[in-house]
Amino acid sequence: MTETSTGRTAGTATETKKFNIDTVENAAKTPDVELPWAELGLKQNEFDEVVKVLGRRPTGAELAMYSVMWSEHCSYKSSKNHLRQFGEKVTDEMKKDMLVGIGENAGVTNLGDGWAVTFKIESHNSPSFVEPYQGAATGIGGIVRDIISMGARPVAVMDPLRFGAIDHPDTARVMHGAVAGIGGYGNSLGLPNIGGEMVFDSVYQGNPLVNALAVGVMRHEDIRLANASGKGNKVVLFGARTGGDGIGGASVLASESFDDTKPSKRPAVQVGDPFAEKVLIECCLELFKGSLVDGIQDLGAAGISCATSELASNGDGGMEVELTSVLLRDPTLTPGEILMSESQERMMAVVTPENVAAFEAVMDKWAVEYSWLGEVTDTGRLIITWEGDVIVDVDPRTVAHDGPVYDRPYARPEWQDAVQADAFTGSVQDAGRPSGPAELAAAITELVASPNMCDKSWITNQYDRYVGGNTAMAFPDDAGVVRVDEETGLGVALATDANGRYTYLDPYHGAQLALAEAYRNVATSGAVPMAVSDCLNFGSPEDPDVMWQLAEAIRGLSDACMVLGIPVTGGNVSLYNQTGTTPIHPSPVVAVLGKFDDVARRTPSGWKEDGQAIYLLGTTAAELDGSEWSNMRGHLGGLPPKVDLAAERALGEILINASRDGMVDSAHDLSEGGLAAALVESSLRYGVGARVALQDILDRDGVDLFTALFSETQGRAIVAVPRSEEIRFTDMCTARGFPHLRIGVVDAEGGTLEITGVETMNLESLREAHEATLPKYFG
Amino acid sequence: MTELPLIGEAVAVADQAPDVRKLTGARIGVVTFPGTLDDRDAVRAVRLAGAAAVPLWHADTTLGDVDAVVIPGGFSYGDYLRAGAISRFAPLMARIIDAANSDARLPVLGICNGFQILTESHLLPGSMIKNDGLLFMCRDQILRVENNTTDWTRDYAVGQEITVPLKNQDGQYIADEKTLDALEAEGRVVFRYVGFNPNGSRRDIAGISNAAGNVVGLMPHPEHAVEAGFGPEIGSGTEGLGFFTSVLNKIVGDNK
Repeated sequence: MTETSTGRTAGTATETKKFNIDTVENAAKTPDVELPWAELGLKQNEFDEVVKVLGRRPTGAELAMYSVMWSEHCSYKSSKNHLRQFGEKVTDEMKKDMLVGIGENAGVTNLGDGWAVTFKIESHNSPSFVEPYQGAATGIGGIVRDIISMGARPVAVMDPLRFGAIDHPDTARVMHGAVAGIGGYGNSLGLPNIGGEMVFDSVYQGNPLVNALAVGVMRHEDIRLANASGKGNKVVLFGARTGGDGIGGASVLASESFDDTKPSKRPAVQVGDPFAEKVLIECCLELFKGSLVDGIQDLGAAGISCATSELASNGDGGMEVELTSVLLRDPTLTPGEILMSESQERMMAVVTPENVAAFEAVMDKWAVEYSWLGEVTDTGRLIITWEGDVIVDVDPRTVAHDGPVYDRPYARPEWQDAVQADAFTGSVQDAGRPSGPAELAAAITELVASPNMCDKSWITNQYDRYVGGNTAMAFPDDAGVVRVDEETGLGVALATDANGRYTYLDPYHGAQLALAEAYRNVATSGAVPMAVSDCLNFGSPEDPDVMWQLAEAIRGLSDACMVLGIPVTGGNVSLYNQTGTTPIHPSPVVAVLGKFDDVARRTPSGWKEDGQAIYLLGTTAAELDGSEWSNMRGHLGGLPPKVDLAAERALGEILINASRDGMVDSAHDLSEGGLAAALVESSLRYGVGARVALQDILDRDGVDLFTALFSETQGRAIVAVPRSEEIRFTDMCTARGFPHLRIGVVDAEGGTLEITGVETMNLESLREAHEATLPKYFG
Repeated sequence: MTELPLIGEAVAVADQAPDVRKLTGARIGVVTFPGTLDDRDAVRAVRLAGAAAVPLWHADTTLGDVDAVVIPGGFSYGDYLRAGAISRFAPLMARIIDAANSDARLPVLGICNGFQILTESHLLPGSMIKNDGLLFMCRDQILRVENNTTDWTRDYAVGQEITVPLKNQDGQYIADEKTLDALEAEGRVVFRYVGFNPNGSRRDIAGISNAAGNVVGLMPHPEHAVEAGFGPEIGSGTEGLGFFTSVLNKIVGDNK
């Protein structure tokens, strides 16, 4: 065998064929042919397993399929044993609104009134480092197709981003490319971008995290699943043609760490065409409306390999397809390449014979290309032929579901104790902690101008937040809110959060803190949290330290979901995010979806009305380890803020009730940057300041003014309460036994933020500092 | 049920709004090309103004009996080649051009990509190039109404300032000096950017009309400022509704 690409072997086929095809028959006859399994990312034991499953050596085409489908990215082989907990730790409360759980393209949650919502967050990290524009763009494209595959109309996207140090020369390359890619693709789809995150940290320098979330809505009867059932039903591939882009992307890129010694992997990144995707969305929705497809699956990682094997595996029989029927952009592609290609904007569907004509009419209307590849059989086998010769003959389950599963060794890192013992307070970096009015005011200004806390509108102004006309709230508010039903105002809220520093200090609690913050953000907006999707970004699972972080994070997250009563309905694991032996901070990005009976009840984060009372909900402890303040001073050590999920739930209920009953006009959660950040953000939101006194906090909680301002104690929020509602609001807090303190009043006249003991801050100066940072580096 | 949820299916709304139609009897077409994005929003704006929205498909060869047409925003044909360059050749565009130039002077509004299609169709002069900042820009934009005699602006006052969302990549209006002079001399500059020229448009022009005032094009999105709470945070949030009530008054007035 001379070729390194799959599917071509020497000396077996006739002259009339375009390629020398490695057939199943040939494979059986030539057991000793050497195959490039290692180049395709398989390990020796995995290749041996393929041979055992098949009872012979795989053909080149089969090898291509197994290699991509058994890659870490597609098979979750390192995380599967741990991810199980999301399915096992489920209470009745968590199940009550779940219509479709983990395992499908995306989970589906019941919204009531016959509506259902599906959402999912995924990573597109490695491609976004190699080629930021296309990597980020196709990340949006892929997650949106997952949502369409469920039968839903996509209605919004979000994009949590984590890049390297803001002043590193390569960060601008990633930033410009990724943001333009997300905008260029998402804006062209007509999907409002309603939120996300932007974190800068040198740990992400060589491994930026580009995660993408999409949410879609549908009527219950429109829910579609990815399975191929019913003998004689037709299998069709439609959308863009299949080209040479992204070949081996899943196996080679996403499942290996970057290493300078290997050649450039640029060709493995897919190229997106948002126009094709937009047409595909509308075309699919028309198919769903006419009930013209029985099963549907998008083509993402592993392309046709994934779609055929998953559809067949989830169905009740088998499938037989002729690979030469696939429409190609590049006629020189080999069978293996066609099976592995990750060309974007493609879908595969199962159509009953009687719907074929109607299906074709929809394709023609939208000028979408399609080709009938084959049909569903009752053999239980996935058979792929090339001009009639069988080149794949497998049990689809062995490809799609029964891949290798590893119990990777893991152990608490030796360095963990030392890191946790290194508290910020009293550290070298803590020297000269600000005190006195002038220093505290300067510290607050420095905080809100810091890379992670600064205004992100340089990014978000490049995204369309209006299209669709249903965006009720978007960044910089705590959650993005989209109306689903114009008649009733029924809608959803979404927030994503993660804190890599907390999770580095304590993976179990760090993951819980990410969930708690997303939950709190959704509740702060006034929505009732309902479901969770997670994107678990970690380093190499082959490193026991990283594997421990992953195991702990999953355990923490699944435990916390039980306490909060909301299930994980889907997500994604992204491993090998490390450069050399240095992994990123463990970064479980958690998305929480909430429900509004009427989005008109949403609570924005900014103050508007003069004289309204500002309350701080929750108590403050001295928790500066892992905080933005310590980060600004270059310290990372100690223990993250304490997790109190019962308090989060109680706080959530107060915020939701207050929103529903009109008791608050504004609410903002306290998280990174603590009370100082929240006060400034609520002031700058609408340019309306406040007069605040924190003495009562200092007295009650026994903390100093600096700590009251910069501590990142969880389970807190600030709210603005109209005078007429104050008694009702405080009675509610008292009745629920939740700590609350009146800390000030909204001041619409002064144009300042006044905090007793801190020099009065002019809002315009604060705004200037807050808004200047991103333009300074990227403008 | 008077309304169906728009998010599910725009067409169904228009089909099932007969009682709305009774209000005015006006039928306003909303054109969808492959890649059109803001068509459902335009349908909503028409409906909230009190008319019936009629979905029109780019490949249609007749306009039916619509009283006006909105060409909404988006990236028709992906903006490939040039924004609007492919869409102008759609069969329906030939009908729209004829109707706009006919004695009946069909009112036509082009928003964003619709404006680009109208310049490509030569219903309006000039062209749009990439924003001078080179980035896609989404913001709440203040506009000044310069002409309230067009079919789409008669409900506004001259000099009135309105806030509507602006969101585009290719929004910089350009034309040769002679054309710009003529547009100004003839009062065909309908909207100007106020306070901040977001994209380098010549003479702060945000929107223009043809000589007869029945065809108006602008880059900002009035259809996204028709419902409080779902539009700009500056102002009432509904300051774009006047476009649609204007044309409705024109249609109803003409029918009297």
